[in-house]
Amino acid sequence: MSILVIAEHDNASIKGATLNTVTAALACGSDANNAEVHVLVAGSASQAAASAASQIAGVSKVLHADAAYFEHGLAEEVAAQVLAIAANYSHILFPATASGKNIAPRVAAKLDVAQLSDVTKVISADTFERPIYAGNAIATVQSGDSVKVLTVRTTGFDPAANTGGSATVEALAAVASSGKSTSMGSEIAKNDRPELTAAKIIVSGGRALGSAEKFNEVMTPLADKLGAALGASRAAVDAGYAPNDWQVGQTGKIVAPQLYVACGISGAIQHLAGMKDSKVIVAINKDPEAPIFSVADYGLEADLFTAVPELVAAL
Amino acid sequence: MKVLVAVKRVVDYNVKVRVKSDGTGMDLAGVKMSMNPFDEIAVEEATRLKEKGVVTEVIAVSCGVTQCQETLRTAMAIGADRAILVETGVELQPLAVAKLLKALMDKEGAQLVILGKQAIDDDCNQTGQMLAALADIPQATFASKVEITDGKASVTREVDGGLETLSISLPAVITTDLRLNEPRYVTLPNIMKAKKKQMDIFKPEDLGVDVAPRVTTLKVSEPPKRGAGIKVADVAMLVTKLKTEAKVI
Repeated sequence: MSILVIAEHDNASIKGATLNTVTAALACGSDANNAEVHVLVAGSASQAAASAASQIAGVSKVLHADAAYFEHGLAEEVAAQVLAIAANYSHILFPATASGKNIAPRVAAKLDVAQLSDVTKVISADTFERPIYAGNAIATVQSGDSVKVLTVRTTGFDPAANTGGSATVEALAAVASSGKSTSMGSEIAKNDRPELTAAKIIVSGGRALGSAEKFNEVMTPLADKLGAALGASRAAVDAGYAPNDWQVGQTGKIVAPQLYVACGISGAIQHLAGMKDSKVIVAINKDPEAPIFSVADYGLEADLFTAVPELVAAL
Repeated sequence: MKVLVAVKRVVDYNVKVRVKSDGTGMDLAGVKMSMNPFDEIAVEEATRLKEKGVVTEVIAVSCGVTQCQETLRTAMAIGADRAILVETGVELQPLAVAKLLKALMDKEGAQLVILGKQAIDDDCNQTGQMLAALADIPQATFASKVEITDGKASVTREVDGGLETLSISLPAVITTDLRLNEPRYVTLPNIMKAKKKQMDIFKPEDLGVDVAPRVTTLKVSEPPKRGAGIKVADVAMLVTKLKTEAKVI
């Protein structure tokens, strides 16, 4: 049986999280003979996204369903399209993003199977690891269902190469719209920075910044200098210093960049759960007892208001 | 219009839980249990909808062991009118809970179900979406704003990179995110009042639902520890280390 990956895309291109999910899919199929990995692109005017998916290394076939009502990736519509082809697959994988988490349980419930969330490791075709209790424990779980529906935590898997593949693209008939849900618009922050979950470098600020103005004044030059994405602790977000979608942690984004620079972040367990898989962690904090130092590769005990500008100047 | 609010009894979010030394699960003996924080937000939202006159009755539901009655009393102290416990000692997984909620939704004729986006113990983030699928109704997950008018809900959702607003027809399922509201403190008079409110108790069999687990937990282990690195004396040394040792800039 083959394995299906549901692509996350913006109709023009494939989002990075899809690539890590393809790697997880290949791992699910490694025990089986002839298990192919297929990618479903359900979008609107999404030919470019489907072509991009066909370039992903390891993918055998791209299934492309195009309809106006797929434009916003509504759970009701995309789940129905997945269900239309679900019978052909042993595993159905989604990235564990806001979109994947929204749709995957809907597919699983309709198939009357369990769903496994935030899978970080594939042990065998039916056994997986996933974090529980905000990352304080790792559970090894085995699914007894005939179809495995998973969401994949992208930081657990390397991205598949987005070039070198030569999958065929097969057009699917789009299923009928449910018409019960309509997108009324969105406010997606536009900026030139890399996306938080895909960034190689992240600089993140905590409550010690003290205000939204200071956050911007101190953190932005550092992010600019490093070409980094900006992140924040939940405390900083709750205090209104940074927008909610910058939040790194168990209840926010889970990130694993090459370099994570935590400035004025104490290191609450829920924040650590969101960034401890980063390759190199730097902590700048004036409290020598801050828990963030227990996970930092390089700790600098200093007042961030002097250390961060100094760092900007030294880079 | 009736609203169901699902609440889960979980380890209190302030408790640092530990893995049992034999790797069979978490050591929960004697730890404080509370209502899942996202569910508390759900109860608060339903109560506010009732206070605004949008809904007529708020019914809190919990599925699990006898002690979930305490969680339901808390929900009624916040503002739920009555409660239903689906009592079982079986380990309930999201699909089973979704089926129980579907049965209760039908039984009560509820037009709206509000529940937390995820529980802080198993971190599944599935039950609301599964319920919506089983009932064949629309869903609005990770809600940060809810408005209900003319049989429709306008829900602003927290999505990657920002916010999205959906218009969904009722009946529907809404799951709450942290910013939806700040739950009120429960007052002593309301705790006393909650003790007198009605609580019905069912078994899964009464609702015709098979709750057998589909997923087996083979092992629970500590996450790999990340060791502390070194302290650097100043910014210059930090930059040197990042360039020559870590080679990340």
